[in-house]
Amino acid sequence: MSNSNNYYIPEYSPWPIVATVGLFATAFGGANYIQQATGKLVYFPGGHWGKYVFALGVIWLLVTITLWWRDTINESIGGLHHGRLNVSYRLGMGWFIFSEVMFFGAFFGSLFYTRWLVVPWLGGAGSNAMTHELLWPNFQAMWPLIRTPDGTVTQAMEAWGLPAINTAVLLTSSVTLTIAHHALLEGRRTRLALFQAITVVLGIAFLFLQATEYHHAYTHMGLTLHAGIYGSLFFVMTGFHGVHVTIGTIFLIITLSRVLRGHFSKENDFAWEAAAWYWHFVDIVWLFLFVSVYWL
Amino acid sequence: MSTVAATHEEHHHHGPTGWRRWLFSTNHKDIGTLYLWFSFSMFLVGGFLAMIIRAELMEPGMQFVDPEFFNQLTTVPGLVMIFGAIMPGFVGLANWLVPMMVGAPDMALPRMNNWSFWILPFAFTLLLGTLVLSAFAPGHPEAPDFGWTAYAPLSSKYGPPSTDFFIFAIHMMGISSIMGAINVIVTIFNLRAPGMTLMKMPMFVWSWLVTAFLLIAVMPALAGAVTMVLFDRHFGTSFFDAAGGGDPVLYQHVFWFFGHPEVYIMILPGFGIISEIVPTFSRKPLFGYTSMVYAIVSIALISFIVWAHHMFAVGMPLAGTLFFMYSTMLISVPTGVKIFNWLATMWRGSLTFELPMKWALAFILLFTCGGLSGLMLAIVPADLQYHDTYFVVAHFHYVLVTGAAFSIIAAVYYWLPKWSGMMPSKVLGELHFWNSLISVNLLFFPMHFVGLAGMPRRYADYALQFADYNFWISIGAFWFGLSQLFFLALCLRCAMKKGEKAPARAWEGAKGLEWEVPSPAPHHTFQTPPVVE
Repeated sequence: MSNSNNYYIPEYSPWPIVATVGLFATAFGGANYIQQATGKLVYFPGGHWGKYVFALGVIWLLVTITLWWRDTINESIGGLHHGRLNVSYRLGMGWFIFSEVMFFGAFFGSLFYTRWLVVPWLGGAGSNAMTHELLWPNFQAMWPLIRTPDGTVTQAMEAWGLPAINTAVLLTSSVTLTIAHHALLEGRRTRLALFQAITVVLGIAFLFLQATEYHHAYTHMGLTLHAGIYGSLFFVMTGFHGVHVTIGTIFLIITLSRVLRGHFSKENDFAWEAAAWYWHFVDIVWLFLFVSVYWL
Repeated sequence: MSTVAATHEEHHHHGPTGWRRWLFSTNHKDIGTLYLWFSFSMFLVGGFLAMIIRAELMEPGMQFVDPEFFNQLTTVPGLVMIFGAIMPGFVGLANWLVPMMVGAPDMALPRMNNWSFWILPFAFTLLLGTLVLSAFAPGHPEAPDFGWTAYAPLSSKYGPPSTDFFIFAIHMMGISSIMGAINVIVTIFNLRAPGMTLMKMPMFVWSWLVTAFLLIAVMPALAGAVTMVLFDRHFGTSFFDAAGGGDPVLYQHVFWFFGHPEVYIMILPGFGIISEIVPTFSRKPLFGYTSMVYAIVSIALISFIVWAHHMFAVGMPLAGTLFFMYSTMLISVPTGVKIFNWLATMWRGSLTFELPMKWALAFILLFTCGGLSGLMLAIVPADLQYHDTYFVVAHFHYVLVTGAAFSIIAAVYYWLPKWSGMMPSKVLGELHFWNSLISVNLLFFPMHFVGLAGMPRRYADYALQFADYNFWISIGAFWFGLSQLFFLALCLRCAMKKGEKAPARAWEGAKGLEWEVPSPAPHHTFQTPPVVE
């Protein structure tokens, strides 16, 4: 039923439910892994099997998604991804990215709530003079919060060192990806592969620099997840961003390998564009992170 | 149009059979059926657990469960009802109806559709497993026991070990909801039949379009909130710990940024259902279609700026409480537009009172009751008195049971002929309706009185002066719970093809594309899109 008037509906697929088994193992194993590794609040004590279930779940999930995507890639090569189905995929990816934006929104909201309201209130602002007086009278409200109410001391990450370089790296990667996109549209395959490869290298470079920054924070600055709300927000926000850069890089590597096999054309480039949209989304999130977490 | 669909059915029905049909499905009707049965089973599970609560509260003192287990009962069944019964019920309806209503061959992304469904039973295994182990396996720690809202620090610092299973179960439910919502929204935007412009869509489709947008927008916020709880629990962060510069109230803000739009996620599709049923049995078009659309959209938009009315008692600045009070009251304007439009639709209509219409009328009356108590709760000085009392319990059960759940039941009565090809049994239906209607009010109405008199919610025991009301509340609860067995029997009869066969247009006044195809609807419908004038 794949004539040009009809919408392609796959007959059936085992992958959704098989993937669910993997997702369940990831979630169940992950919860146990975290508990057994941190040793706090352990539901199933006396074992260290959580990590194996977790690893099995992740591998299961990845293998299933690979097989699932193999089906969709074959459909794409078979010429089914045209017209309305193509639009469905594009809309779906767009709304998925919107949900990701809202996920980061929860953390940006937390950041602004904390620095504009919580920390000043702990310092006695507004009607909270007695809170300050009775709980932690020596506490000084400030941002970045380098001395917490209970006295933990840390340092703030300077924006104009590695973070600025990382900003440049990511912005450059967006430019190279756009050059690759134009090359795809113009059918210049070598240029496409070259600039996409450069984008991947820049993505990996960003992750490397971010890891260096984390290492420096942990070993030299006393800036850790345990260092109060500033460290919490810093690591969780930049960390989730780093996870998304990792996913985006893998996504770009997959579409690059398909480019090298001769996939994608001006007419049939959904997966390539999806990876590119995702990359630009990650890039824009970083700009907001750089301004609100590092700079201001 | 019905002939078009019928001829197409012959040579396209060759999907898998047996268990593969359900496990590997890519068919919106089969997946819709799975969702609806899952929702019904969770409704019965959650209801059974709620009966334990009512048994314990039937008399003062401790009778059946210890207070620790009671706390788990105020947590897990709430999650089961919200994420297991109401939301999947609406998604099941969307699966069955949205493609047929807009003239689409299926949902836009059929495999992802099946994934959205199958995540749910696994997520609830994870969540309910903790309660089963807590109840039956000696020595196992408690199930989540902090209320469905999982406020920090009850969930972060003091949460039992099972909290992490709760967190990952919530993540799985969130993934399921977001993928389901993306599917609905893409189907509506992309697969409408030629001529089905946005302002010609049935109201149920409109309500789901807006609901899907809300789901995609706020489920990630819940994921963020519980992720911060996970980090506070295990990785030493201080999001909700004032000693590290954080704030437990931050959790409440993030949670209710999800939680308030969430309550509209649970009622907007209900509005859509009522807007389909009332015109059919009034034999008049829906009054004020355009204003209905704008009302739904404005309810959804305002729902993003009202969340802190759940938190009037936490000590916000005065300007904040005033802002959230007025924005909350604003919502009653578009909601009032909807109620009055339904009434105007019935005005001078040729009314008949078949079963779906009975449920729809009960919805309009009782949901309005819940809405008005919500208006009382929106008033800050009054709310400080009502906060965390049974008045709040009465309010949200009027909007969620006699609102959301009644609308799902009304929808099942209305569209069962289309799904099963059988008319629902009138005898069982009347028994179900009248028993439910009387018992549900015996169950929830006195909660207003004990709440105003000061009985706090979520306690395993209460002062003696509340005993009489609580006895009757419990009687109402058991009665209401047992009444649902009529509904189960009725649904099973239709599923087993017993009773009177339904015509294609099962209800005389029914309009809409879904009534153009035979009953039961063929496995595939509208593979060639119909043309809408």
